[in-house]
Amino acid sequence: MTTSALRDLVTRHPGQADEQPFLEVVDLRVHFPTDDGLVKSVDGLSFALDRGRTLGIVGESGSGKSVTSLAIMGLHTRPASEQTRPGAQLSGEIYLDGDELLGKTPEYVRGLRGKRMAMIFQDPLSAMNPYYSVGHQIIEAYRIHNPVNKKVARKHAIDMLGRVGIPEPSRRVDAYPHQFSGGMRQRAMIAMALSCDPDLLIADEPTTALDVTVQAQILDLIRDLQSEFNSSVVLITHDLGVVAELADDVLVMYAGRAVEYGSADQLFNRPAHPYTWGLLGSMPRFDTPRSERLLAIRGTPPSLINVPPGCPFHPRCEYVTRNEGRSEEVRPELTPVEPGHTVACHLSQTDREEIWEQEIVPKL
Amino acid sequence: MTASAQRPAAEAAEQDSDLIIVDGLIKHFPIRAGILRRQVGAVQAVDGLNFAVKRGETFSIVGESGCGKSTTARLLTRLLEPTAGKITLEGRDITHLKDAQLRPLRRDMQMIFQDPYSSLNPRHTVGKIVGAPFRLQGVTPPGGVKKAVQELLADVGLNPEHYNRYPHEFSGGQRQRIGIARTLALRPRLIVADEPVSALDVSIQAQILNLLEDLQEEFDLTYVIIAHDLSVVRHVSDRVAVMYLGKIVELADAEALYGTPMHPYTVALMSAVPVPDTRRREQRGRILLSGDVPSPISPPPACRFHTRCWKAQEICRTEEPPLVELVTRHQVACHFPENFPDKAVDER
Repeated sequence: MTTSALRDLVTRHPGQADEQPFLEVVDLRVHFPTDDGLVKSVDGLSFALDRGRTLGIVGESGSGKSVTSLAIMGLHTRPASEQTRPGAQLSGEIYLDGDELLGKTPEYVRGLRGKRMAMIFQDPLSAMNPYYSVGHQIIEAYRIHNPVNKKVARKHAIDMLGRVGIPEPSRRVDAYPHQFSGGMRQRAMIAMALSCDPDLLIADEPTTALDVTVQAQILDLIRDLQSEFNSSVVLITHDLGVVAELADDVLVMYAGRAVEYGSADQLFNRPAHPYTWGLLGSMPRFDTPRSERLLAIRGTPPSLINVPPGCPFHPRCEYVTRNEGRSEEVRPELTPVEPGHTVACHLSQTDREEIWEQEIVPKL
Repeated sequence: MTASAQRPAAEAAEQDSDLIIVDGLIKHFPIRAGILRRQVGAVQAVDGLNFAVKRGETFSIVGESGCGKSTTARLLTRLLEPTAGKITLEGRDITHLKDAQLRPLRRDMQMIFQDPYSSLNPRHTVGKIVGAPFRLQGVTPPGGVKKAVQELLADVGLNPEHYNRYPHEFSGGQRQRIGIARTLALRPRLIVADEPVSALDVSIQAQILNLLEDLQEEFDLTYVIIAHDLSVVRHVSDRVAVMYLGKIVELADAEALYGTPMHPYTVALMSAVPVPDTRRREQRGRILLSGDVPSPISPPPACRFHTRCWKAQEICRTEEPPLVELVTRHQVACHFPENFPDKAVDER
């Protein structure tokens, strides 16, 4: 499939289809050579994100969500040469505001990090340097992109810490990461990521390590700061609840590929892929009458070295028999089911609607 | 009702059906400092719990990190010795039993751990891991250990032929099943599960929750489940206790607790749970708690939640609200409970 055809499949929300998206990933592949074989962590992923919008990327561990975000940030170790240290093999294209990143030098991409794009990591304790004060780490990033003296930068750091809701920021700026609680560390990392007003913010499981009341605070914070800075946000999570709270668009990943893409409204109210149904059915719901049994997905996620042929989900799919064997042989491409909503599944439209209405909805 | 009658009368009458009774349970971990290692303070991890778990029910303890729920689990299984209070298992006081005295009791109570990676010995085969309880207890099951282990593996949905494999050959969900098979080996009556699914992916989580439910029916098990995920707790529990800073603030049947939560902390906790429904995004009234949970080394006086509570009044800072049964089978420790006609509880 040509790049332009792939691009056409990457649908955007109506009204903006002609504009250049702010972030565009086209046919991204990230493979890791290992002694056991080639691990295909991301294998042909395409999506687009407009300015000021939030894209939720959902999937289980090993689905390639984090590897994708590291690829956008240019944080994968590339093999220095064929023989020396192993690293990631990347192919495809990543456009940030029209600028292709994968072909650029690491130095060029480093210049973009912080200012053009920034990342919030899952575990703030390991993402921060324990030897430096929190303020020092914010100041350092800020001064790389802004020609200001230490005093101004320090004032900015205090300002940012205050913005993310850290009490007594002028005192806390000199504290070390270990002196902060988990929620405060996560806030400090958000302050660090936002200190240069990045245009693109990638949040990789930003609340997974946090308690639910703190999670609510952090989600609100990301939402507020996004509207203030009009940043684009990529929110990576396994929690569909978090996605429903924050995301405009949702991309569901399975075994390194996109299996469904659409607006949050479409994904939650008219999901089209059996894997998405499984994810929704697996979650104990808080807001509906208690169900007797959860609608678990059978089996386990596949090995990324031996991804099943055809549809990677077919060994776990309840409806595999409805496709006359095509699921085992032909890899389904993302195809539109309605404007702005694409799915990679061999089920016919009538089958899909019938299963969703009659088999899934009553069990949710 | 008085504050001293901590366990309601109705419950006392039902005592026969109680498998485990916890009375005034306290666990303080000493903090020592200086050359003489003198005690300078204590982490008040668990500070006065009263509850009873009935045979065959699923009793859950929910709370945020640091609230003392895992310590409670370890006290119940006597992996820790309580500082004060009393734990009665089937009418027998097990509060201060020695290791040797506890060993026979371990047949009746087992634990499922959170992390399926660190709770299985990587050098042992699955057969050895699941068969360990038989060896330790000196029990020979009918038909031999190998046959019993293979049956157990089948019970938890694993292939009995995997008897000779090692833990690293299994996925996280399968490892958790191995751990569950091990806990079932001696046909325990009580299983204490500390965050049994929090380390697993959603689709695997559902499989394990369904499995726990099936096993409960098949083997007539009583569960005490410790979890932080309110949706999971609602799905599995008959009764739920909400803990905050070492104390139970609310205890009720799951339906009542989730339908009409009374303690402000429970209300805030529930309002913070993200719901996978975009239509609700706008309508939800979320109560945002400010700040973090205070340190259990020096918890706030009186009501421990008063520093973060939006309803706190003077009395909350001076007088500790006891855990009382305001509505039948619904205990709450608050001066100004929600979802309750008399906003202030005056008879105390």
